[in-house]
Amino acid sequence: MAALLEVSGLKAFYGQTQSLYDVGFEIPMGGITTLLGANGAGKTTTLRAICNMVRTDGTIRFDGKNIRGMATEEIVRQRIAHVPEGRGTFTTLTVDENLRIAAYTRKDKQGVKDELERVFVYFPRLKERIQQQAGTLSGGEQQMLAIARALMLKPRLMLLDEPSFGLAPLIVLEIFRILRRINEEEKVSILLVEQNAALALDLATHAYVLETGKVVMSGPSDVVKNDENVRKSYLGY
Amino acid sequence: MEQLLQQFASGLANGAIYACVALALVMIYVSTDHINFAQGEMAMFSTYISWQLMSWGMSFWVAFILTVMISFAMGVLIERLILRPLHNAPVLSIIVVFIGLLAIFNSMAGAFWSYLIKEFPSPFPKSEFGIAGVIGAHQLGVVLVTLIVLGLLFVFFRYTPLGLAMRAAAQNPQMARLVGVRVDWMLALGWGLAASVGAVAGIMVAHIVYLEPNMMGGILLYAFASALVGGISNPAGAVAGGFIVGILENMVAYAGNQIEKATGVYIIGNGEKLTVALIIVIFVLTVRPAGLFGRVVVRRV
Repeated sequence: MAALLEVSGLKAFYGQTQSLYDVGFEIPMGGITTLLGANGAGKTTTLRAICNMVRTDGTIRFDGKNIRGMATEEIVRQRIAHVPEGRGTFTTLTVDENLRIAAYTRKDKQGVKDELERVFVYFPRLKERIQQQAGTLSGGEQQMLAIARALMLKPRLMLLDEPSFGLAPLIVLEIFRILRRINEEEKVSILLVEQNAALALDLATHAYVLETGKVVMSGPSDVVKNDENVRKSYLGY
Repeated sequence: MEQLLQQFASGLANGAIYACVALALVMIYVSTDHINFAQGEMAMFSTYISWQLMSWGMSFWVAFILTVMISFAMGVLIERLILRPLHNAPVLSIIVVFIGLLAIFNSMAGAFWSYLIKEFPSPFPKSEFGIAGVIGAHQLGVVLVTLIVLGLLFVFFRYTPLGLAMRAAAQNPQMARLVGVRVDWMLALGWGLAASVGAVAGIMVAHIVYLEPNMMGGILLYAFASALVGGISNPAGAVAGGFIVGILENMVAYAGNQIEKATGVYIIGNGEKLTVALIIVIFVLTVRPAGLFGRVVVRRV
């Protein structure tokens, strides 16, 4: 499988503080890759670095093209959808407006219409809430809206930051099932950052483990899952 | 009764002007968290431009539309050239820049067109407009024009993709970037629109207060009062606040006049209108700090 996203020598800085040191990984086309690591390991920063939301150094190639240093708005136009941590929605806009603004960069009106129909197949609950303000939705619904919003972009790569954050276990399972379907049916490659390592390793095909801003381990998720250190540190058995 | 109606009509017309300037203030406030103190002087400057165009022989409405367009460009340019470099500057620097802009526009107008008071025409013919004894031709015209402008803005923000993008950029700039909205340009557009709406207010009010470099000083205060009354972060609230302040100040003055007529005791009159407006502001902010239609912003820490 060819790599859709290749990251090498990635460094990231918040002001004077460096938080990523030489991070490198590859995301295969059509696969689901997960980044694991403890709090502060640099998972969120890695996602933010891909979208140029922090100061970075190194190379980030998307589909063979170096996108590092491009403005966030332009990276989105390469069809990379980023679902940030903690409900990426516009809380004062309605569900409908959230979905329409997500397709802002697309010019094919009919395509956007079809997309909207498809999004409601994955998330029928959003259709019932279409005129509601996003801020009045439940946590699970807001997370669904954030993923639906990302889908409206018709992304080639979806970056997901802690989609399970603060949600009830049943809702988390539902969301992960939908993510698998999106990956299979829409052919969207996914980079998933997740605290819940067990769930993430079940969903993903490949895994990278980050520790204090460096990749310390990588491989197919089955292999990573059975690694003794990973089991002890992240899976808890 | 007739006097009451007239006072009400005049309040409505003033309120329409306050509503426009208040809306201009709110448009910039919601996306930057700053109050543009130069908004009034920008509107005054635009009014001079329209006066200049008319004195070159253009008709009122041609000059009006051209001025609105020039003001739009002026607003965009100010944002791009002056405020963009101050993007991460502390609040105080930005306030100083606003005050500087205020002084610059004021003295430029004085330098180009002198400080002498000029008459400004009204485009609303006395014979056909207005209802005798109820509302004057110019007052009715002002209300109509501002309602049309406010209606257009509502449609723009509510129903067009660009309007939606501007709202998204104001609500959450980082998320807006993540859906591909060019947030910097949205800010500049917001400045352009605010300058245009201010220009409409200036051109409409100039016939009433006459054209001079300080004509918008009091009006900016009223507009600020309106925005606060309605809720500084709520555009619809600011518009409602404008009409409320405009009508209320005239009603209070009317009541004062009636009391004076009946008892001979002077309590309050036309001279205290601005005081009334400021008392309204203090009262509303004490009772409802977020304004009548504002929402209390709860920040999660």
